[in-house]
Amino acid sequence: MKNLLFLFFLGFTLPVFAQDINSLVASARKKIDAVNDYEASGRMKTNVTFLKVPVATVSIYFKKPNKLKVKSEKGISFVPKGAVSINMSNILGSDFTVIDGGDDKINGVPVKIARLLPTDENSDVVLSTVYIDPVKNLIMKARTTTRENGTYELEMSYGKFAAFGLPDKIIFSFNTKDYKLPKGVTFDFDDGTKIKASDVKNKKGRAEITFKNYIINKGISDAIFTK
Amino acid sequence: MWSLFSIELYKISKRPRTYIAFIAITAIVGIFQFAFKADGTNYMNLMLQSVQDTFDLDKTKAINGYFMCYIILNTLLIQVPILVALIAGDAISGEANMGTLRLLLTKPVTRTQVILVKFAASTVYTIMLLIWMAVTALFLSMYIFGVDDMLIFRVKGEESQILQITKDDIMWRYIAAFGYAAVALSVIAALAMFLSIFAENSIGPIIATVCIVIVCTVISNINLPVIDDNVKPYLFTSYLVGWKGFFYIGTNADGEPIKGSLENWPAIRNSLLILFGHIGVLLTASVVVFNKKDILS
Amino acid sequence: MEAVAQISGLTKIFDGKTVVNDLSFTVQKGDVYGFLGQNGAGKSTTIRMLLGLIRPTSGDISIFSHSIQHKLEILKRTGALIERPDMYKYLSAYEHMWIFSKLSGIKPNRDRIMQQLEMVDLHNRSRDKVKTFSQGMKQRLGIAVSLVHDPDLIILDEPTNGLDPQGIADMRHLIKRLSTDHYKTIIISSHLLSEIEQIATRMLIIHKGKKIIEGSVSELLDPADTVVQIDAVNNEMLKNILLSSGYQLVDAENIRIKMNRQSVPELIEKLTREGVLLTGVQARHSLEDYFISLTNQQN
Repeated sequence: MKNLLFLFFLGFTLPVFAQDINSLVASARKKIDAVNDYEASGRMKTNVTFLKVPVATVSIYFKKPNKLKVKSEKGISFVPKGAVSINMSNILGSDFTVIDGGDDKINGVPVKIARLLPTDENSDVVLSTVYIDPVKNLIMKARTTTRENGTYELEMSYGKFAAFGLPDKIIFSFNTKDYKLPKGVTFDFDDGTKIKASDVKNKKGRAEITFKNYIINKGISDAIFTK
Repeated sequence: MWSLFSIELYKISKRPRTYIAFIAITAIVGIFQFAFKADGTNYMNLMLQSVQDTFDLDKTKAINGYFMCYIILNTLLIQVPILVALIAGDAISGEANMGTLRLLLTKPVTRTQVILVKFAASTVYTIMLLIWMAVTALFLSMYIFGVDDMLIFRVKGEESQILQITKDDIMWRYIAAFGYAAVALSVIAALAMFLSIFAENSIGPIIATVCIVIVCTVISNINLPVIDDNVKPYLFTSYLVGWKGFFYIGTNADGEPIKGSLENWPAIRNSLLILFGHIGVLLTASVVVFNKKDILS
Repeated sequence: MEAVAQISGLTKIFDGKTVVNDLSFTVQKGDVYGFLGQNGAGKSTTIRMLLGLIRPTSGDISIFSHSIQHKLEILKRTGALIERPDMYKYLSAYEHMWIFSKLSGIKPNRDRIMQQLEMVDLHNRSRDKVKTFSQGMKQRLGIAVSLVHDPDLIILDEPTNGLDPQGIADMRHLIKRLSTDHYKTIIISSHLLSEIEQIATRMLIIHKGKKIIEGSVSELLDPADTVVQIDAVNNEMLKNILLSSGYQLVDAENIRIKMNRQSVPELIEKLTREGVLLTGVQARHSLEDYFISLTNQQN
């Protein structure tokens, strides 16, 4: 009975909410669409169990529709492959059907959940879930499931560039496979510490990108992305 | 004592055999450098097998001079004991074979002096080899491949890890690693010289030393808990690769490397002490045995 | 006379086998002391014990009034060459001299080294690597090396082994010069009596590690003590003549008599006159005769 009531309620309210969520997504998209390109400097902190790498100073380049490059300013950096999806236009750029996912709260802020189903059946993205702050019209969190590269999760916090829908900080979570070196190649020094391999084969990796500065819509050469 | 030492060095410098090792090192290093210059990304692909799907990495940057040296040392420091044995295994037996041992010992020098000086000379030779390795494997690689951050691919316990050391944090590690290698190889020199006391030609001690090193290395690399706990700690070969400890950078709770740090300095220090212990025992044994020995050659 | 080396009760046992057995002898200053024995008689072991290369099982060695326990004091004043060292093949004669000068605690001096090389006739090859040297040249270099610090005592173990006749003659000449011109005390070992006989002033014969006889060469090799072996076509006739002339046969099988070496030509003439057809006459000193019998026994 309860379920029935719920279904009825859902059926009744859906059109209203759908209208609402569609416009919410559209306005978030509009904000993002205003950015043709940007260049940002920032710091990337990678957090993957098997990867012991320092915080990298990186430059992030973006150009419409979906070109993105994370470049290490000095030294070597491990850039997560799915990093391209850190720009929202990658998610909101293509055609999709919006499904209302209801309400939630992120850090105490009420958000609307929108599930985006790509209309193109061959798209790598299977499903994206975005959490939108309806007051500021900003995407606070996004989860993208892809065919090839597993699921990514993005958490954003905004500051000076909120007007462009560009975050100050992104926490990017992704799936990593277990790292295994071929045996007998390394001849390592065994200092006696015992470490058991964990059973979880697919682990979560995190990359935390803090943006320092954005230069927006000043034009970027395509050559940067091919290098 | 000093003149005896300078004479030993002079003799080593004059023998053709001495230079075989330098040529061998140059050849091995050259082959590595050529191979990596031509097809280094393949090696990177092998090491990064399971990471490639998840991460993008500038592989040409990763194959730099510092990385090359590590890769070369990884292989070379397994072969160099043979080269050290070539000289140290000949120290006493070679002289016995040439009949110069009795000539030497009928001069006013003590046998203890002879042993200590010969060991010191072998050590100097070992250090020269390492310096040559630094010149070819490190400095020449830095020149050919440039410098950048260094990636260390490592198996720790049952886990594999990739460590990244920033380029301004590497040189001191190499200096320390070469220093450690000098101590480790001096153990080989002491062993070869000890065996050389018992023989009247140099082939025996050289082969015996190489065999001991190979057998112990093989046992050291058997990954079974029984051997890990009961055998490995007592094999000096387990400590030969301790130089790598200087490249195991310490990390904070977030897994972020701390510049200038070592993951496990006490382990390196203990290994060094164990190696010095080996040198002490082998040298003492050499002095005692050699002093008691009747020179019949 | 001043004793340079005093050895008493020297014994060496290797793995239960006595190689040198209670050997005692004294070498006086200025002696060329011949040390004679078959191969394996214990000469080398004795000499190596004198130089501290082998530890005696028992007995005392005192050289220059120092016990062998203070080896360095002895070695500072002693030069030694044991058998035939191959030397460092990759070094030149000059480099050998330079190295061993330093080892002997003296500052290498070019003129001095060249002088010493000249003494062993190697001055023209001083810069050549030893690997190009003949056995004799290496041996001469060995002598030069052992003399590099002008030692008072020179110990040579079988210095002529492996040398050609010219090399042997040169070596003999050199040893004589060291003794007469440079007043060195020399201990020399050999398995050849003829060699010792020509060089030594005193000698000692050892057999199976034991002293057989010791004394001055002139006394031990007195010509009055010669054994002559005679062979003839008509041996019976020869025997009769010898016996009737008052000679005594020392050996029944062969015809051997004891006599003074100087009278041998006289005897040959007499036998020929009486019609004996001689096929061979061999005169040996009785000591040599004895020594050869030892060799035969061993073989």
